[in-house]
Amino acid sequence: MNSTTSDSFSPNHNHANMNTVLQLTVSNHPGVMSHVMGLFARRAFNVDGILCLPLPDTSRSSIWLRVREDHRLEQVLRQIEKLADVHEVCRHPAERSVFRELEKFFGELTA
Amino acid sequence: MKMTGAELIITLLERQGIEIITGMPGGANLPLYDALTRNPRIRHVLARHEQAAGFIAQGMARVTGRPQVCFATSGPGATNLLTAVADAKLDSIPLICITGQVPTALIGTDAFQEIDTYGLSIPITKHNYLVRDVRDLPRIIPEAFRIASSGRPGPVLIDVPKDVQLAPIEMAALPEPGRPEASTPPDPGQIEKAAEMIRASRRPILYIGGGITASGAAEDLLRLAEQASIPVAPTLMGLDALPTAHPLNLGMLGMHGAQFTNLALDACDLLIAVGVRFDDRATGKVDAFCPHARIIHIDIDPSEIEKIKPTAVGIAADARAALRQLLPLVGNGSRREWLEEIARLRSTFPLEFESENDPGTAYGLIRRTAACLPPETIITTDVGQHQMKAAQAYRFHFPRTWLTSGGLGTMGFGFPAAIGAALAAPERTVVCFSGDGSFLMNLQELATLAEENLEVKIVLLDNRSLGLVHQIQDLFYGGRFIGVNYPKPIDFAGIAECFGIPSTRLGTAGDPVQALEAALRSRGPHLIHAPVDVYDKVFPMVQPGASNAQMLTRS
Repeated sequence: MNSTTSDSFSPNHNHANMNTVLQLTVSNHPGVMSHVMGLFARRAFNVDGILCLPLPDTSRSSIWLRVREDHRLEQVLRQIEKLADVHEVCRHPAERSVFRELEKFFGELTA
Repeated sequence: MKMTGAELIITLLERQGIEIITGMPGGANLPLYDALTRNPRIRHVLARHEQAAGFIAQGMARVTGRPQVCFATSGPGATNLLTAVADAKLDSIPLICITGQVPTALIGTDAFQEIDTYGLSIPITKHNYLVRDVRDLPRIIPEAFRIASSGRPGPVLIDVPKDVQLAPIEMAALPEPGRPEASTPPDPGQIEKAAEMIRASRRPILYIGGGITASGAAEDLLRLAEQASIPVAPTLMGLDALPTAHPLNLGMLGMHGAQFTNLALDACDLLIAVGVRFDDRATGKVDAFCPHARIIHIDIDPSEIEKIKPTAVGIAADARAALRQLLPLVGNGSRREWLEEIARLRSTFPLEFESENDPGTAYGLIRRTAACLPPETIITTDVGQHQMKAAQAYRFHFPRTWLTSGGLGTMGFGFPAAIGAALAAPERTVVCFSGDGSFLMNLQELATLAEENLEVKIVLLDNRSLGLVHQIQDLFYGGRFIGVNYPKPIDFAGIAECFGIPSTRLGTAGDPVQALEAALRSRGPHLIHAPVDVYDKVFPMVQPGASNAQMLTRS
């Protein structure tokens, strides 16, 4: 079962392929995305959803990433937290994420 | 006040306390160099290759502990610099690299000498910038110094397009220089927990590294080790953190550490890891590293804690702050049994050199060199057998006297780093132990050395081979040698003289000991050429992937 299809996030949910959504608040300038994605790519860590939009009236952007939970995630997160252009990192259960809404559009595209 | 971007950069560098900048000019950084001509207080040292400029700046940074600056132009200038930047990243050395870039309007057009320096430098810098607007410079320059020197130090690269260097900027006041940020204090609860574990431990070992030097914690380390009778096993990067001759110093651990050192670690019940990152050359097979020990890990970089090994207590804090808080809490244990056991290990499995005095052998040459140099001498090395032998056999007295490429293992590091060290500490002697393979990688800097006329002595151990690779092919590839031997002899002493640097040939000297001592005591730069046997291996050795407890030895 893919956790994105379940109705509510359960902390007891112990699926190996469970998704997590990361919300990063970053400086809005070219190159930040390379910094972040480089850390995942170097560890062969797959990111299966990316969304990035500028935060209104600020010089910052919000990057949403949907990633698989596995034992390497903690290390990647600690590396991301070290980036000078990353100001905040939040973890969300996949169910509450913007990706749920976005999937509808992708469904239309492939339909 | 009105100035150009280039003038602003130079002014801000001066306000950061920069006195020497090393580098090479080219089309895209000429405005920066032109601005340098109008600054009487910053001296430029012209390197002969951008990689060497990076290592000269590293040499200055490793001796002073403060960020140092190097310049390179766009394209090949920047790519040449990258090895030195990556080296600084892996050894946590504060470095500010300022590269020229093609004008903003040409970026992305494959212009002459254009390369994506920003993209190339992302994974090898602590942070990097592409300055797109001159008005960003007053923020970026101090910020770069702050980032390079705060927390775990590292290199910062600033790529500045030529039009940004030339753009005018008007400012009411100059920004304050960037300074290191105060680090988060250690968590008192975790400190208490660590202290309790130390008090309860019967067989503790301190495993320490470059973080001790970076945080200036050498004295606190010594106090803790002595007060609680805890033996210390330094990594390659931590060799100068504690005097080599101190009775509690076990010497370097890991792949080429002494057998007794690795066996002591194998037997310890508590590993107090401070300013280290459990590098594979130190730990050997990770599962078999300190198999009976619980681990306390103190490091300023939170991402290092639990990266390699699970820990009982992890303290993400500055080493000095953490050790100072531990000191009053750890008690005064004498640990006689443990120290006696270590003494037995030391006498049963000692680190022995076949020759203490014969400069015809690598160990003898290193020991002899050490014996006739004052304790504040700065040692740099290149990478290979000579490096490991120097790590095993040299006697250190003070922090920041041992400059070696630990993480990246860059051949070509030692000689330009020695030039940088001598620029930063002109009153001290700098000795660069090098090998023929490594020395050839930045040989052109003989020109820089001759020009600067610095107190740099190069001790060149020439086995006409890439010795450490030769050793590995001999031991683990059935002696099938390929690509490691240099069959044609090179007259290195003659080469030095062609550059205007005096030299000594130990191979043909009537009295090599006397010749060595005379050369080391001479004024100014000197190259000492010493032929050594290619089959004279570095032992002990842990086979890559094996446990540190299983070492190959000479016999």
